[in-house]
Amino acid sequence: MTFEQWFYTLPLRLRSRFRRTQLDQELKDELHDHLEQQIKENLATGMLPEDARYAALRALGGGMTQIEQRCRDARGGSVIENLVQDLRYGFRQLCRCPGFSSLAILCLTLGIGANTAVFSWIEGILFRPYPAVVHQERLLALAGTARGETGPTGISWPDFLDLQRSCTLCDAFFVSKITGSTLNIGERAETTTGSIVSANYFDAIGVHPVLGRGFEPGEDVGREAHPVAVISYQFWRNRFKSDPQIVGKTQRLNNVPHTIIGVAPEGFYGTFVGWAQHFWVPASMEETFESGGYKLEDRGARWIEAYVRLKPGVTRAQAQEEISTIATRLENNYSATNRGRGIRLWPLWQTPFNNAGTLLPTLEVMLAVVAFVLLIACANVGNLLLVRSFARRREMTVRLAIGASRIRLLKQLLTEGLILSTLGAAGGLLVAYWSRHALVLLLPVRSGVAMYLAGEIDWRVMSLSAGICLMATLVVGLVPAFQTRNIDLAGALKEESSGVVGAGGTAWLRSSLVVFQVCLSFVLLVGAALLLQSLQKIRTTSPGFSTTNVVQTGVSLISAGYDEPRAKIFQEELIARVKALPGVESAAFARVTPLGYKTYSSTPIAVDGYQPSLEEQPAVDYNQVSPDYFATLGIPLLSGREFTRADDENAALVAIVNQTMAARYWRDQDPIDRRLQVKGRWVRVIGVAADSKYQSMRESPTPFFYVPLLQDFATAPALYIRSAQPRQSILAALLREVHALDGDLALYEMLTLQEQVDRSTSPQLVAVTLVSILGGLALLLAAVGLYGVMSYAVAQANRELGLRMALGAGAANLFRRVISRGLRLTAVGVLCGATAGLALTRLFGTLLYNVSPNDPLAFASAVAVMTITSVAACLLPAWRATRTDPARVLRD
Amino acid sequence: MSKPSDLVQGTLDMLILKILALEPLNGWAVSQRLKQMSSDVLGVSDGSLYPALHKLEQRGWITAHWKLSGNNRRSKFYSLTRLGRKQLEKEAADWNRLSAAISGIVKLKEA
Repeated sequence: MTFEQWFYTLPLRLRSRFRRTQLDQELKDELHDHLEQQIKENLATGMLPEDARYAALRALGGGMTQIEQRCRDARGGSVIENLVQDLRYGFRQLCRCPGFSSLAILCLTLGIGANTAVFSWIEGILFRPYPAVVHQERLLALAGTARGETGPTGISWPDFLDLQRSCTLCDAFFVSKITGSTLNIGERAETTTGSIVSANYFDAIGVHPVLGRGFEPGEDVGREAHPVAVISYQFWRNRFKSDPQIVGKTQRLNNVPHTIIGVAPEGFYGTFVGWAQHFWVPASMEETFESGGYKLEDRGARWIEAYVRLKPGVTRAQAQEEISTIATRLENNYSATNRGRGIRLWPLWQTPFNNAGTLLPTLEVMLAVVAFVLLIACANVGNLLLVRSFARRREMTVRLAIGASRIRLLKQLLTEGLILSTLGAAGGLLVAYWSRHALVLLLPVRSGVAMYLAGEIDWRVMSLSAGICLMATLVVGLVPAFQTRNIDLAGALKEESSGVVGAGGTAWLRSSLVVFQVCLSFVLLVGAALLLQSLQKIRTTSPGFSTTNVVQTGVSLISAGYDEPRAKIFQEELIARVKALPGVESAAFARVTPLGYKTYSSTPIAVDGYQPSLEEQPAVDYNQVSPDYFATLGIPLLSGREFTRADDENAALVAIVNQTMAARYWRDQDPIDRRLQVKGRWVRVIGVAADSKYQSMRESPTPFFYVPLLQDFATAPALYIRSAQPRQSILAALLREVHALDGDLALYEMLTLQEQVDRSTSPQLVAVTLVSILGGLALLLAAVGLYGVMSYAVAQANRELGLRMALGAGAANLFRRVISRGLRLTAVGVLCGATAGLALTRLFGTLLYNVSPNDPLAFASAVAVMTITSVAACLLPAWRATRTDPARVLRD
Repeated sequence: MSKPSDLVQGTLDMLILKILALEPLNGWAVSQRLKQMSSDVLGVSDGSLYPALHKLEQRGWITAHWKLSGNNRRSKFYSLTRLGRKQLEKEAADWNRLSAAISGIVKLKEA
């Protein structure tokens, strides 16, 4: 249709859409006008009035209504008009059987809702995780790499500045390193999370404080030179009661008074996936928040987590190439600190230093899982529609007989499908909206941390859902259309009672839909079983330290401004007091908590008598622990001795290695009294400890060693207490002792080591919970599908069942027949599902721990669940079959 | 039904366009003109005329206005649009080609 045609016909089209009655009236008027003139003409030729009228009508060629209808038809069903008509009709059809419609819409709501929810999580957590931050599509995470190490490392401040200066392909480089702080407010000391950032932070992310200002260039330079802070909107509202005069006031952060210079806008949570940030301080203040002293001029101190924004049109590969070149130059210029060090760009969804990386595998699997649920839901609705289209076969046949084109019928069916899936999609959006924050609920609570893991429903998510909705429309609309394909007009109109389609044909279609559903839900069941098993394996795997009767906490020494000598004295006094508490068996400090967020120190090592290959540069993680650490955590010493008070800064340097390290570097000879080079200094091995888990429950045994805390001091170590007392009484007693030493100190959250283990396995728990919920949903949908098919089959086979009964078949026999028919369908579905499952469960990849993707137990339990469910779904139809009254059936 | 079966499909459209090209008319006048001009050979029933008029209007080839006709009655008058004029030229040309070809064949002497 050309523009000019539109121009001439648009008013008419609009009127035919919105002024239909007026147009109809005009049509009547026009024809009436014609008649009148014709009658006048006829009268003029001398006809009697009666005859004149009759002749005029005859000239028009039939009844007025018929001509009116033909004129309307001639206007052609405009697309819109037909659609409106179809929609109206469709709605009326759906309202006529509310039970069917609500079941279908519920199925689609669940299917589309699950998809939309997962899309919105992926959007809000992986792709655009930082609300209010501009151009996130060009944002990349920046982390260091070290030769011989698999994990990412931090970046040093001088390296960061060099990168920022030399890189031409990036718009912005900014630092955002998560940190915690004790807030001294009134009587109590509380902790909260915040970020150490570069001065360009707020400009680079395009976030403008609603009050005051962001940081100015130069505020990230100098040692403790700029004690200023921007606070979050919630922090301002909750703690400062939205004080409009807040800018210029001071807030003690880690015991250092900071001037509040700005308030971030509402809905900005910082740039750390998972945890809401409540304050931002410039990098110049890092010493107040980070242990390890002044690091802004130390190229060897790798503590920064950073982001870059690419210039428009630059790819990650191009930027990576440039950054690698710069890193190589740094490596050459500063070989003492940068040898073997590289810098790598990560897409935001793989950011190695926040919760994005942790949730990525789970969300990936979820994508496949919800697709399955959607397919099952569609198959269910398709099945429902098939049943209903039997009820409507007469309507369809009559419409075909009076000349409706098949295309027009197809359009009608698709329109009804569209209504269903649009309502389903609307419901799905609601489901997604309600479950925006659901992920947070699945993760363990951390005190002092506000979790923020929200789904984001933006236009991308909306359009994906719309796409899904269209797909569902096609599926849902075409399944019944499949049936009208071979309607036999004459036969159908002649015979009222038998089906329009060969019953065999549709039964086959319905059965394959059920087999398809059983197949998909079987795969999900296997998946859920595998995840459950691996979670159980993880949870029952011994971490190598005792998880009962040991609690872990810490004292906020850094935030209270303790320097090293003061901290040493404090720790000394505290441990003595704790050990003296009634019921305490032992207590110890360690710099890093096993399975915690803090990372271990790592060092290149050299071992007497161990010749590394040319490529290998042995580097091993280690922890700084106090005397009694092994006794407190229950890590067995295999030989040698524990650290004692005598192993202090003045004594000879010593270390305890783990079993794997002893085996690798001393080839199973006794390493006791052998030498080990750590950070260029030789230390003597005094003991071998059993292996335990260090960073994750899923790691395989890795080399590891321990050094005395006093020989490699850390100001704020974790405190472990072994005691059979309940946690509350330990906490109360500990708080008393700490406050007796210093009233300003706050305790970190107190956890049992079991809770620490559970916390580290929470991503697995999330995966298990989500897959189980959706697997259960899929199972339920499949059961409904099976039930529907069996009920229908029993109803159809009424005559046959009656005959059988009349010929002497018992109720038990009929019962068995129905059940076994249902189980045959299930068996085919399970067989297909098992084949698909063998191929698909590999996708679980890293989510599985010590469980083969083809684990027979998982498959067996899925078969069991599926069988039980199928039998349950067939019970009612089978019972109904036994109630067949042969006399009545034969009479009818 | 009263399909103008003797009328070559589409010819009615062309005739209506031609009639309206001369002056805007209402439906009754068009029907009269058709009868006069084709000396009733075509036998177009009024019942076919109106659907055809509405189809042409839907295509944008003619437009309609309500006007007072001679005897002070409100009547729907159709007139040709620019598009309609182009369509008429095209159809007339087609018709001429077709009729020339057909009459050429009909005039062939049987050997």
